[in-house]
Amino acid sequence: MDWVMVVQILGSTLRLATPLLFACLAGLISERAGVFDIGLEGKMLAAAFMAAAIAYATGNVWLGVASAIVASVGISLLHGVAAITFRGNQLISGVAINFLAAGLTVVVAQNWFSQGGRTPSLSGGGRMARIDLPFADAVRDVPVLGPIYSGILSGHALLVYVAFLCVPLTWFMLFRTRFGLRLRAVGENPAAVDTAGISVVGLRYGAVAIGGVLCGLAGAYLSTGLAAGFVQEMTAGRGFIALAAMIFAKWRPWHAMGAVLLFGFLEAVANRFQSIEILGVSLPVQAMQALPYILTVVILAGFVGKAIPPRAVGTPYVKEH
Amino acid sequence: MTATDISPRAQTTDYAIELRGISKAFGPVQANKDISIQVRRGTIHGIVGENGAGKSTLMSILYGFYRADAGEILINGQATEIPDSQSAIRAGIGMVFQHFKLVENFSVLENVILGAEAGGMLRPSLSRARGLLKDLAREFELNVDPDAKVEDLSVGHQQRVEILKALYREADILILDEPTGVLTPSEADHLFRILRGLKDQGKTIILITHKLREIMDVTDDVSVMRRGEMVATRPTAQTSPTELAELMVGRKVLLRVEKPPARPGKIVLQVDNLRVVDSQGVERLRGISLNVRAGEILGIAGVAGNGQSELLEVLAGLRDAEGQAQLRGEDLPLAGPGAGAISRRRQGVAHVPEDRHRRGLVLRFMAWENMALGYHHDAAYNAGPLRMNNAAIMRDTEAKMQHFDVRPPDPLLQAEGFSGGNQQKLVLAREMERNPEILLVGQPTRGVDIGAIEFIHQQLIRLRDQGSAILLVSVELDEILALSDRIAVMFDGRIMGERQSDQTNAQELGLLMAGMT
Repeated sequence: MDWVMVVQILGSTLRLATPLLFACLAGLISERAGVFDIGLEGKMLAAAFMAAAIAYATGNVWLGVASAIVASVGISLLHGVAAITFRGNQLISGVAINFLAAGLTVVVAQNWFSQGGRTPSLSGGGRMARIDLPFADAVRDVPVLGPIYSGILSGHALLVYVAFLCVPLTWFMLFRTRFGLRLRAVGENPAAVDTAGISVVGLRYGAVAIGGVLCGLAGAYLSTGLAAGFVQEMTAGRGFIALAAMIFAKWRPWHAMGAVLLFGFLEAVANRFQSIEILGVSLPVQAMQALPYILTVVILAGFVGKAIPPRAVGTPYVKEH
Repeated sequence: MTATDISPRAQTTDYAIELRGISKAFGPVQANKDISIQVRRGTIHGIVGENGAGKSTLMSILYGFYRADAGEILINGQATEIPDSQSAIRAGIGMVFQHFKLVENFSVLENVILGAEAGGMLRPSLSRARGLLKDLAREFELNVDPDAKVEDLSVGHQQRVEILKALYREADILILDEPTGVLTPSEADHLFRILRGLKDQGKTIILITHKLREIMDVTDDVSVMRRGEMVATRPTAQTSPTELAELMVGRKVLLRVEKPPARPGKIVLQVDNLRVVDSQGVERLRGISLNVRAGEILGIAGVAGNGQSELLEVLAGLRDAEGQAQLRGEDLPLAGPGAGAISRRRQGVAHVPEDRHRRGLVLRFMAWENMALGYHHDAAYNAGPLRMNNAAIMRDTEAKMQHFDVRPPDPLLQAEGFSGGNQQKLVLAREMERNPEILLVGQPTRGVDIGAIEFIHQQLIRLRDQGSAILLVSVELDEILALSDRIAVMFDGRIMGERQSDQTNAQELGLLMAGMT
């Protein structure tokens, strides 16, 4: 294995981790506020479709991103109405969103573009441009640091950097601001928030809406950054992998980043090698591709230590005294 | 804005709170009927009443949880609208709920500032709160480590955090709902010292409780509620527990149980060195040894959560344990097959669980169905191998309901349709009417009104005098003292000491309950 390949895989890791990171932070913020968000997958999917469709129609990827956010926040609010206002079952509402998005994206895509449920390929201004970090060319030949800076860190779409910037932002918001304190409190004991004279419903809607924005970015990056257009079921379970990463990270932003990087790395390795030899045994490509999903199951089965979720997550708030 | 902002008008009245004609209905239930009350500024005002008398509803109206259908609230003489908790806080009202409203894995400081932060960033709020807390601690004996997580604090300290929360919001009027229910006697004494200190600083305190002794100890005035109405207000110095109890119930009641001396017989239950480790790996019982004789009541005293529940569960066959146990001289398995609840019942161990809603009844079942629970294998209840004899169960239920004065005596009513006291009577009737070898009974009168308490206590004494052994677990020390012949005190999974009930008192037991010997 040569260093060029390592650099390629690590660069690819960052790109593949990006949608996971957005979705993971979305779930994290929502669940910290006490609302299960199993609909990450559906929101991402709807956002991916909207981003590709609008970017294709207008030729402007940023209009696509904006409409992806609108679509995803819209679905989030639907989840909010069911889960917060009407105190419905948050898991069922999330599952419904996933089904809705899976079906609706294909039907609408077929209706608009008649290409078998996909959008036409994006090119030019319809795709996210890669950004070269300053001096990327200049330091390319510096040993060690050069490849890391120019090869791994530089040359990604803007949203990749935005995603990783969201990690400290989320941390700061949760643990250093008044809004974060209240948001965490409403996920732990909404009665404490209510008796302190703050609106439980308002806070939860706020959290769910922020999750919607992040899912919108995740979906938009999938279809306009990572790929060049929307295809049926293109999220491929990333919403659930993001949930697993969130649990793995025990609902902490920095740990979430570590978790999605691990998943991104596995996916990058699977993409790069058709088969891999470990201790003389050759693993077929399918086994490699299944790795992120296997890790998901392992994490969700609780093999990585006890993860204690926010105490009020999944429970609609009913006022009592 | 705090109460000081409206002080020019405030001086026109001596009352911190005045309620005029407050009414509130929930559907067909009139929870508060035309309630008027005046609370003098700078006093401790007690409100007593049975469960369901409407005390909590009234306080919830005052704290903005509910809106009254009719009536007026005057704070310091000024008519005030309280549509939500935020308005109540602004009007200078602080509330300490019976079940604390704290975020358990937040620090004390974070809990105190929640909702009353000084700005968008936390740091300035936290340091401001730290300073204020230091002052309050010095002034009112409200010492709590500001950086401790609430879940690591004792219940008494958690309550102090609740009081600190109210004071941090500059509350002038403090409402405490059943504040001593979860405290040891010494913690309760400390709380009352704090309350007196607050009163001396001019704060007004409303104390809601069902413990008449506390009312007599600490309040200046007392109001009595019954069935949604305010029936009387008295200066505490001019009333007595007997009068208050009569006002609460509406008829004469016996506060002391008539109890002939016990005639203990043979040992029915003997346990040695019981140990229980729960699923979290915490040792809940650390070597419990005790015995109960026929014809006596062994009371287990202790603050909730010191292993009493686990002890009951082990003896009732709901939880495995290590150690030895003998029932009438025969080995009683504590784990594995033969240790389940059904075999215990067959052996004559009856169990009235601590939590009747979770373990005593199926709330959606009708009374007669509940009456068969746990005894559904009885020959009398079965008409064949596959068919229950519903008619027989129904007849049996009717008889038992009559015997235990369950109201309404309707076997077809769902369990949730009965009041707390009548639900408890249903459970007691089921478990006691078979004259068990030993009756395990947990919190027999929790959430039960005074009239029913009297009846339940009499029934327990009757069963004892018929020769059953009774193991009574209660967090109400008064109840333990009134009923028990011997008293064992549990603390942290151990028995701290055992006393004859006529040779001890609340003070001595209170020390044992706090783990001091």
